[in-house]
Amino acid sequence: MDRREDDNRTHLGAIAPGGQCTVARVGCDGCLGQRLGDLGLVPGETVTVVRNAPLRDPIEIKVSGFLVSLRRCEASLVEVTAK
Amino acid sequence: MSARILAALAGQPNCGKSTVFNMLTGARQHVANFPGVTVEKKSGHFKLGGSSCELVDLPGAYSISSYSPEERVTRDFLLFDHPRVVVNVIDASNLRRHLCLTVELLELEANVVVHCNMMDVAERRGQKLDIEALAARLGVPVSSGVGRKGQGREKLAAVMTQAMEQPPKDEPFRVDYGPLEPHIRAVEDVLAEGGELGAPRRWLAVRLLEGDAGAMAFVGEVFFDPVRLGALVAERQQAFGEASGESPAAFAALARRRLARNLAQAATLKAAGPERTATDRIDDLVCHKFLGPVILVAVLFVLYQVSIVYGYKLTNYTWPLLAGLKNFVAGYLPPSGMLEDPVLRSLGLWFMDSINALLNYIPIFFLLFFCVAFLEDTGYMPRMAFILDRLFRSYGLHGQSTLPMVLAGVYLGGCCVPGVMACKAIPDDKSRLATILIIPLMNCLAKVPLYVLLVGAFFPQEASAAMFFISTVTLFMALPIARLLSGTLLANLDSAPFIMEMPPYHMPTLRNLLTRAIEKVALFIQKIVTVVAAVAVIVFVLLQFPGISREHKAVYQQRLDEARGQLDAAVAGSRFETALTGDGLLHFLRYEDAYKTARTGVEDAEAAKAVDARFRDDNPDFFAILKPRADAAAKTAQAGVKAFAAARDGITLEMRRERLETSFLGILGRALEPVTQFAGFNWRVNAGLLSAFAAKESAVATMGAIYKLEAGGNDNASLEDSMRKGEADFTPLHALALMLFMALYPPCMATSMMIKVQTGQAKWMVLAILYPMVLGIVVASAVFTGARLLGLDGVTAMWSFYAVAVAATIIAGLIPHRTPGVLPVAGNACPATPTP
Repeated sequence: MDRREDDNRTHLGAIAPGGQCTVARVGCDGCLGQRLGDLGLVPGETVTVVRNAPLRDPIEIKVSGFLVSLRRCEASLVEVTAK
Repeated sequence: MSARILAALAGQPNCGKSTVFNMLTGARQHVANFPGVTVEKKSGHFKLGGSSCELVDLPGAYSISSYSPEERVTRDFLLFDHPRVVVNVIDASNLRRHLCLTVELLELEANVVVHCNMMDVAERRGQKLDIEALAARLGVPVSSGVGRKGQGREKLAAVMTQAMEQPPKDEPFRVDYGPLEPHIRAVEDVLAEGGELGAPRRWLAVRLLEGDAGAMAFVGEVFFDPVRLGALVAERQQAFGEASGESPAAFAALARRRLARNLAQAATLKAAGPERTATDRIDDLVCHKFLGPVILVAVLFVLYQVSIVYGYKLTNYTWPLLAGLKNFVAGYLPPSGMLEDPVLRSLGLWFMDSINALLNYIPIFFLLFFCVAFLEDTGYMPRMAFILDRLFRSYGLHGQSTLPMVLAGVYLGGCCVPGVMACKAIPDDKSRLATILIIPLMNCLAKVPLYVLLVGAFFPQEASAAMFFISTVTLFMALPIARLLSGTLLANLDSAPFIMEMPPYHMPTLRNLLTRAIEKVALFIQKIVTVVAAVAVIVFVLLQFPGISREHKAVYQQRLDEARGQLDAAVAGSRFETALTGDGLLHFLRYEDAYKTARTGVEDAEAAKAVDARFRDDNPDFFAILKPRADAAAKTAQAGVKAFAAARDGITLEMRRERLETSFLGILGRALEPVTQFAGFNWRVNAGLLSAFAAKESAVATMGAIYKLEAGGNDNASLEDSMRKGEADFTPLHALALMLFMALYPPCMATSMMIKVQTGQAKWMVLAILYPMVLGIVVASAVFTGARLLGLDGVTAMWSFYAVAVAATIIAGLIPHRTPGVLPVAGNACPATPTP
């Protein structure tokens, strides 16, 4: 893709299954921010979106070799750069 | 060395901590709750070196913040209970994430040893670890092993001993917080003025700057000038935020995670390859768009089939044991009387019946808990939540609500006690409570007999359709209720984000599964059976007292005497006259009972002969009456005794009926008639329903006792027939209202107690008992009175109600929740809990 770097800036909920991205910023703190970090969503980390649930929500992602599932509304708070 | 060493086991969820715990302590475990919270505290003992070591299994926590009860419990235990050594179990195949907790434990200045578990998984993934390098970098002893296979026990015990004998390090482990360091030092300096605070100063300073609610509350208690400290912390937080553009909390967490990442890299000689693991391949099937739901239904069906259906069959084998127990106890109670049993005897038998009714479920529970442990250990549970979360979320429930609902009987037959116990796995307070509160609306096994009775008696033409109706309509009532509860009463509870690890699949070990199943059955016996035993006595009083008046008793006695007179006349002059005179008759009746009991289940001809011989030797006269063969005198005596026994049975039945009518329960049933008439319930139904509080099976038994009398006490008539005869004006509409009320019936005692245990608060138990009662009477009245006014018959009313319930479910699913999703920069996504 020959779009500019900024155009690749999106959020995790917008990545289609099979897509890869890098975490840029976790846009929330408190309990949710803590949990996202606990499960490996740390800036710089590469994330692969594995699949959607049968009803499209939640989504399953792979981060540092491990699988994590989260709802779309929570995924949308994770800012990422699409690869 | 001190007599007993206190050690703790800490680790993140899915690190295999419980297998390490079992490996160390074996079967000697004790389960309780941490004070004030419903988090389970498991402890066990084992020999370490020459001394006895008490090992406390701390709950799985990702970090040591104040966001979840598990984290708070872990923190408080480490700070205030001063374990001599803390074993930090980490998943060797996922060092990067699990070392985050290690870093936090070291910051707490706990005496840590690290145990790398699941070395086999790491090896399978092609990872090679450098344990020595990890130990050197962390500055603490590190051991490794495979907990599931029991490998590494000696090594772990050795490093634990080593850690305990080591002198405390001069230079404690430090995380380099870079630009945050000056601020940390400033806060530390102020804290130093307070002397020894009971928590590491540097750790406290970092946590304060991060705005941790628990740390704030802690200094509020132990520091002499919390106001000045608070002002300094706020000032420093602001200064750091302005300089770096980041909150200290996010920055500090990131610094720890970076350090964990570096440590993991240093300890990894060879990283896992990018190739797909077995877990990936299984997930392709299990979480597949179409196949996933199919597998889910199949798994639930097998679970149901194995535990409920086979478990129920298993009770056929265990029931005789319980019956034997009851007979054994009965042998020590005062013997039965002619008309009435002594109170001690009837109380004793009632007590045994109540306890046995519950103990009878143990085979079912055991299989159920075993299957659930299997699903948990394999790692299937989070997948189940993944597939169904979207559906349940619309009703304020959680993906993990599926299993509790299935266990409680989402279709037909289950048990609410394991259902409520399984709610523990739901990580979100709000959805967990919503699930617990709708669990009693499921169709547990004990509700089924009443359904079968009513459907058989009043919907004989549409029996299967009516059974389908009542089996499925409960879900369509429960879902809108869950939505209603989560929007109203539960609206203010904490709602945790749905972020869940999907752990790699594991093959569970039989030993772990058995341990868990036995543990849960023991919990059931411990918590439930004692309470039920106490309540059984209360119900007994309600059923038996005030009892029959003396005048009426005299009348019954007179009728019995008349029957006795006839018997005496029949045997007068025969050789049996003396045997049956006075108390002889009562002795004969007991003899006959004993004979029947002895012959029950004896099919072998030889054994039967032996029993006969024993009874013949015991009392030849009685045996002749029992088996007259060609003896004419004996035949006359037998006919006389039979006639007397029939008369006596009739009288005792009438007495039982009168006792019930005049009992507190009967009085209550009548008192409720003005309210329940709109639902079509008369006092008899009320009394039956009230007695179901003890156990729902009692409803049918009590009604059965009442209706049998109405139908003339004919034991051979089926209960359906006697009910139809007993309630001549009962219509299918009455039956429908009654079935709906039973569907919405409050939880039984056992379930109520379990709700209290699981929620930790009596108020939720009270709510779980009260709301179904109100709702039940409202729904039953609306259906009964409404259908009467509209002139609908039972079947039409049934399907109209079904349509209404389905519509309510669809509408409830479409109503958006008040807080759609989570707000960005969600400081309030999980409101911080004020004090730990």
